[in-house]
Amino acid sequence: MSRYELRFSGAGGQGLITAGIIMAKAASIYEGKQAVQSQSYGPEARGGASKSEVIISDGPIDYPKATSVDALLAMTQEACDKYTHDLKSGGILLVDSDLVTNLPKGNFKIVSFPIINTAKNDVGREIVANIVALGAMVALTGQVSRENAEKAVLSSVPEAFIELNRKAFSIGYEKAMAANA
Amino acid sequence: MSKKVAFLQGNEAAAHGALYAGCNFFAGYPITPSTEVSEVLSAELPKIGGKFMQMEDEIAAMAAILGASLTGAKVLTSTSGPGLSLKQELIGYGCIAEIPCVVYNVMRGGPSTGMPTGPSQSDVMCAKWGTHGDHPAICLVPASVQETYEEIIRAFNLSEKYRTPVMVMPDEIVAHMRERVVFPEQGEIGVVPRKSPTVPPEQYKPYDTSFGDVPPLAAFGSGYKFHVTGLNKAADGFPTTKASLVQAEEERQVRKVDANVDDIVTFEEYMLDDAEVVVVAYGSTSRSARYAVNVAREQGIKAGMFRIKTFWPFPDKQIKALAGKVKGFVIPEMNLGMCSLEIERCAQGKAPVLGIFRVDGEPINPDQILDKIKEVK
Repeated sequence: MSRYELRFSGAGGQGLITAGIIMAKAASIYEGKQAVQSQSYGPEARGGASKSEVIISDGPIDYPKATSVDALLAMTQEACDKYTHDLKSGGILLVDSDLVTNLPKGNFKIVSFPIINTAKNDVGREIVANIVALGAMVALTGQVSRENAEKAVLSSVPEAFIELNRKAFSIGYEKAMAANA
Repeated sequence: MSKKVAFLQGNEAAAHGALYAGCNFFAGYPITPSTEVSEVLSAELPKIGGKFMQMEDEIAAMAAILGASLTGAKVLTSTSGPGLSLKQELIGYGCIAEIPCVVYNVMRGGPSTGMPTGPSQSDVMCAKWGTHGDHPAICLVPASVQETYEEIIRAFNLSEKYRTPVMVMPDEIVAHMRERVVFPEQGEIGVVPRKSPTVPPEQYKPYDTSFGDVPPLAAFGSGYKFHVTGLNKAADGFPTTKASLVQAEEERQVRKVDANVDDIVTFEEYMLDDAEVVVVAYGSTSRSARYAVNVAREQGIKAGMFRIKTFWPFPDKQIKALAGKVKGFVIPEMNLGMCSLEIERCAQGKAPVLGIFRVDGEPINPDQILDKIKEVK
């Protein structure tokens, strides 16, 4: 049975748990697959290493946490150092190129672009960096269609921020396609 | 017509399940990792004319739900370890005064404030032995978001049917993880109403056992007057020290659960038909166990899982039967051996019991369970 594991990691407050939730929702509600999202974080509201894991499968999912990660996002050096140890051979690692400079060695594909700066400069608001990253993860993993992922994004954000998030998602998607080309 | 679905956390599903069961009063004090129950119900209860109260602490919250229940409300509180400790005296009050209520407790690391954001299964003994004195205990341990929704409904039903507090205890992983929930239609899952008096107010006694082990409970404000106390009581609710009566009443309270274990105890048997090694698991740990059992089967090992859905009353009968047939039990749990003690008690030395105990805030992974399955000879 197909079992695809994603991990969104970074610092608490970067919105990575939200990104994981939207990815899982896209798979579970819009793509017709099954998905489980879980998270682990410290007692801090901001800062500290944080991760959100998403398992996507065509059938029922038993163990809800990652066993061998297919695709991993690291938004800080700390998260990259802490959470890439179980990245699968042949897996995908997406990092923010401004913040993660010491890259791990291993038999996986590394894709990097300045995610936070893209949100700040190209989209116009740093706060949507998680949605830029989500767009990129959707493009790189191919587990859910672009359309279904966008539906999940737009159904998860407040009305007033729909256009901002649509733009963030789209730019993230395109940047990852270009960086991965 | 397709059913309504949503992508929810275990805690959010618990709140929605409570609403389905007819919960119309919630009192609580926020605590990680159960706060989302309060968040949802504070928004939803006022819409249906229910009441949401944030109390000054966990003790007051427990007192508030007991009081509200006596007026006929269907009541819930939610908490986690330290809050469960604080609630214990009043949980005992609910048991002796026979007040239906549901206590939702998310298990995090302990004792004391422990590890607020880490998962644990170390409150299962507290569910039975936390309050002093002999008393009935019912505790449900869901393993998925959908099951959390459904078990909250069952908890309300059991609390009304047996007129006693019922606990629902997901571990932090189940409480915080998100999965798709398919909502049942109205009426699809039965909702048990409270047994009301059939006699006029002047003849009513709140503990009149001529109506059976579970006497009808009148609602305050409906014209029925009666006395409620934490002291051992007579049929009219007033305190008594009459030896024969106290003995009979204590036994009846415990019998409400003990004589009905087949109605209350639920479990899942997974690949047990020819199993030589049985993993007994509950909550999120059962999901690791299922994964491990599947891998073991692929490797030709005859492994199976007995998944506990109702922790109290404990599935004694089922474990005793298995103990006579298998080579050994493997018990993975996020505590230092609480369920294992119960399994050893039920196995009566007929099969070895191998524990995997983890209290470091990390889940028990399938590999750990698989390794232990292979240790059973």
